[in-house]
Amino acid sequence: MQATLPTRRQGIGKMALREERAFWLFISPWLIGFLAFTGGPILASLGISFTEYSILSPPRFLGLENYRQLVEDDLFYKSVINTVYFVGVGVPLGLLLAFMMAIALNQKLRGQTWFRTIFYLPSVVSGIAVALLWGWLLNSDYGLINYMLSLVGIQGPQWLFSTTWVMPALILMSLWGVGGSMVVFLAGLQGIPEHLYEAAEIDGAGQWAKFWNVTIPMMSPVIFFNLVVTIIGAFQIFDQVYIMTNGRGGPANASLVYVLYLYRNGFEYFKMGYASALASVLFLIILGITIFQFAVARRWVYYEGGEPK
Amino acid sequence: MAATSKPINQAPAIGGQQRTPQQANVWQRKSVQRMVQGAVAYVFLIAGSICFLLPLLWMFSTSLKPDSEVFQFPPRFLPTHWDWNNYVLGWTALPFNTYLLNTCLVTFSNVLGNLISCSLPAYGFARLKARGSNILFMLVLATMMVPFQVTMIPIFILFSKIGWVNTLLPLTVPAWFGWPFSIFLLRQFFMSLPRELDDAARIDGCSYFRIYWNIILPLSKPALATIAIFGFIGNWNNFFGPLIYLRSQELYTLALGLNLFRGQYVTYYNQLMAVSLLALAPILIVFFFTQRTFIQGIALTGIKG
Repeated sequence: MQATLPTRRQGIGKMALREERAFWLFISPWLIGFLAFTGGPILASLGISFTEYSILSPPRFLGLENYRQLVEDDLFYKSVINTVYFVGVGVPLGLLLAFMMAIALNQKLRGQTWFRTIFYLPSVVSGIAVALLWGWLLNSDYGLINYMLSLVGIQGPQWLFSTTWVMPALILMSLWGVGGSMVVFLAGLQGIPEHLYEAAEIDGAGQWAKFWNVTIPMMSPVIFFNLVVTIIGAFQIFDQVYIMTNGRGGPANASLVYVLYLYRNGFEYFKMGYASALASVLFLIILGITIFQFAVARRWVYYEGGEPK
Repeated sequence: MAATSKPINQAPAIGGQQRTPQQANVWQRKSVQRMVQGAVAYVFLIAGSICFLLPLLWMFSTSLKPDSEVFQFPPRFLPTHWDWNNYVLGWTALPFNTYLLNTCLVTFSNVLGNLISCSLPAYGFARLKARGSNILFMLVLATMMVPFQVTMIPIFILFSKIGWVNTLLPLTVPAWFGWPFSIFLLRQFFMSLPRELDDAARIDGCSYFRIYWNIILPLSKPALATIAIFGFIGNWNNFFGPLIYLRSQELYTLALGLNLFRGQYVTYYNQLMAVSLLALAPILIVFFFTQRTFIQGIALTGIKG
């Protein structure tokens, strides 16, 4: 490789060569990581998805059998529907809430930092402890949420033990963690130059007009960013469901989300081939969503100074 | 953008109905508008804060309740006396000290590994010219979005073939081989540093590594701090990895320990909340001390993206 480098001007060529060698050395940790833990496994996953494999015995080639089973698997559809429910309801609600909070915070009020801290805190403490906390809050007999509902005369549902309410319960919990999106929105709002609003006012724009014609277009890249990130994140929901439903995704699979089903096949049934087929489909879904979003973004995302490179 | 073609001088657009000119005048005055807007924002923010804080306060209150008050209905917001003993009982019911030690081990190793293995490639991508570097960087960006679950089956098979299952190695070794998100963040930061510094150092005969180590890294403390804090929180909270790889209880991390406790002491909500709070404590402490870096960091990732 290196011998074929053009060496017309010896000195510069040598320098460039050294720089190039340094580049490969510097990126080598990532390159090894990419081959061993990302790129390689994605291909391997595809390969394994054509086999029956339990790790203990050698893999047996099945062709497309796993995918054929997938198409007929009711639980696969169930898990897709549950996940789409979580993403489709939870993400828009969460982003709307985060956006409203960011706008309220951006009014430059006294105590802004305090409010920001309070809103942001729950998104940081996510994890098992929080899932356990929500399991307790959502307890149908002694939980705080049903108690609050009873104060206004509503008989709270059985939440985690109700096929109807288990997904709304998980969405409710996810809304508690919208602080991350809010901070990103807030930074975006603070980055909108004041002179745009002044110019709009001179043109006689009122609050709504300023909001629709200045804030929204200027914020569209940030909204887009948050949309991509939260949708992809929401598709991977697992920890909360695993903890709150005892690893079952119950009741009656009403909260069986995609990754939980993937986990179950791989690490409870040790059907590595079938789990890999599920993983490959997940990869395609996420890839598809991302490509779709970028394609649609051309129509509604406004980039100051033209398209991003 | 159909909205732009509409005449936009029909302020104030709140409510469509006609107003007498005088009313409109008062309404239109800027100070009044500000005040109303401020008041609405305050009501919203205060109501929101209560909703956001209540779960954590409830957690704290439950953790201090004596057994007899946990299942009282209607619930008491404050316990009659504060039973701090729940913390001791919960923590010693299972070997939580061991879990804490394992969590610290994994977390600190991964933070350190991330800092080193992400800053090196980030410097390469930000500063060094080489054929193919753009394509490789595109690959970094593309893999930012690949979820862990997509690759976990082959990685699990790999680790089980080399006998790493039920050790801490699968949870620590990968962190030493770069993480696309951090590489991206650091590369963006390095690009913002003036290149003249490098050039001057090159003329003085500095090697690339010395430039990276003695010039770039010291100037990048804020970005490195962001990476470290993100890494700390992410690893401390990690559940999926330990769930897959760890079998023996003496290797458990806090996340698995909490799950185990939940399974064994189903009805001891006071102790469960107590140990959960203890497990969260380091994150809360780090958060309060590094809030500024943290929020700037997350904002940075959003805006640059």
